[in-house]
Amino acid sequence: MIREILGMVFILIGITFDFLGVLGLVRLPDVYNRLQAATKCVTFGSAGILFGVFLQQGFNNFGFKVLVGILFIFLTSPVAAHTIARAAHRSGIKLTAETVVDQYQEDHELKD
Amino acid sequence: MTITKRSRIIVFSLSFLVWVALTSISDWQEVILGLIVALVVSLLAGQFLITTEKSKHPVRRLFLAIIYFFKFLWEMIKANLHVAYIVINPALPIRPGIVKIKTNLTKDSALTVLTNSITLTPGTLTVDINPESREIYIHCIEVTSTDVGENTREIGGRFEGLIAEVFE
Repeated sequence: MIREILGMVFILIGITFDFLGVLGLVRLPDVYNRLQAATKCVTFGSAGILFGVFLQQGFNNFGFKVLVGILFIFLTSPVAAHTIARAAHRSGIKLTAETVVDQYQEDHELKD
Repeated sequence: MTITKRSRIIVFSLSFLVWVALTSISDWQEVILGLIVALVVSLLAGQFLITTEKSKHPVRRLFLAIIYFFKFLWEMIKANLHVAYIVINPALPIRPGIVKIKTNLTKDSALTVLTNSITLTPGTLTVDINPESREIYIHCIEVTSTDVGENTREIGGRFEGLIAEVFE
């Protein structure tokens, strides 16, 4: 009983953060800022949902698969974000006009 | 025993354990198939897990890894609340930019963990890494300073000590 309520709470938290991540995806100005919202909130939100499912299921076959899913999301999502950000920067996508500093650009101009 | 061989054996046991947990063995055929799959995995990719001898005691490293995990979890919760606050705020208070930090880590595994941790914590996202000069380029959603030393302390310093203890 208590386990099911706790599981529900975690699933609700997860859905809230997923929603905020999507909101960030719409509101923030450029690729890089959107990636921030997409990686942090969505990783945490999805992990929250999966953890809630794990609490409801307990330590059985299904629960373990969910835990492995959390592990893989944590390992892959930052790598994907890094790759997209790097590819975007290399193919010349501009940062938003509000940008304060770009030391990556400065260093690469020095090399070229 | 060479390092490669030991690494293969560890990968074999780990992948077989994961197989057992995933399938919840009910038949001897599943055991045999699991052994075959674990063997193929350890032969194909087994040499990448452990590449050098570790000098520190394994129990101590495990203990530090657990401490690191909880510290990381805490930082990640803070990160999420921070980004959530920015997204909800109607004024959208951002000062984005890409800054550079220095790191003392040398191992590939340590660098991977550091950069992944940076990506998942407050308002920072790893864009690129320069292995020769050991510099990491980070996109910040709120840039506080443009000074390399200060940013190194602020962004990388939180994790670097612990990661160095666990992985180097």
